[in-house]
Amino acid sequence: MIRSELIQRLTEENPHLYHRDVERIVATVFEEITRALADGDRVELRGFGAFSVKTREARMGRNPRTGESVAVPEKRVPFFRTGKELRLRLNQAQTGQDRPAQEE
Amino acid sequence: MPKTYTRLDLSEAVYREVGLSRNESAELVESILRHVSDALVRGETVKISSFGTFVVREKGARMGRNPKTGEEVPIEPRRVLVFRPSHILKDRVNGGKADAPESQREDAV
Repeated sequence: MIRSELIQRLTEENPHLYHRDVERIVATVFEEITRALADGDRVELRGFGAFSVKTREARMGRNPRTGESVAVPEKRVPFFRTGKELRLRLNQAQTGQDRPAQEE
Repeated sequence: MPKTYTRLDLSEAVYREVGLSRNESAELVESILRHVSDALVRGETVKISSFGTFVVREKGARMGRNPKTGEEVPIEPRRVLVFRPSHILKDRVNGGKADAPESQREDAV
């Protein structure tokens, strides 16, 4: 499923909303998560999962082509941890006989 | 100390930005999470451009070990969810380029 399909499904479920409003709603939600992470904050969505930022320490790296040492500065990376309910659901489906083929 | 945002903060943002009622904003946030979860449970990859991609990975069975007792225990095959942040998200988290005005963004990356 890609962003436009998500918007499509939400639009079908909410016939009173304009397509462009649904686009804005979806954009706002992901922008809000992005903004929180950019500020170094966490976003915890019970049952779904939690987004946080991890810090990777500065280290000495190596240019694999030349073998030269290069300083790699500290950097922050977004991190997602799956929530309990979703993790359970992902694995319940596995025991069911109808497992649709992976899309994409 | 980092702040923790919740569903409530997301629906407040929708309320502010889009002007739906608070109730409806909360419902829409919930619907988004439900659609994403349902697609993942079906085994689909969920790709939100400019944010990131959620991928379901199949993990094979393997032998694990109880770290306390040293006992070998079989670990069943299972499905795990992996989130791969987009470059835009990675840049933003590193204080990079603030992006196009929020909530105006389209599908294009």
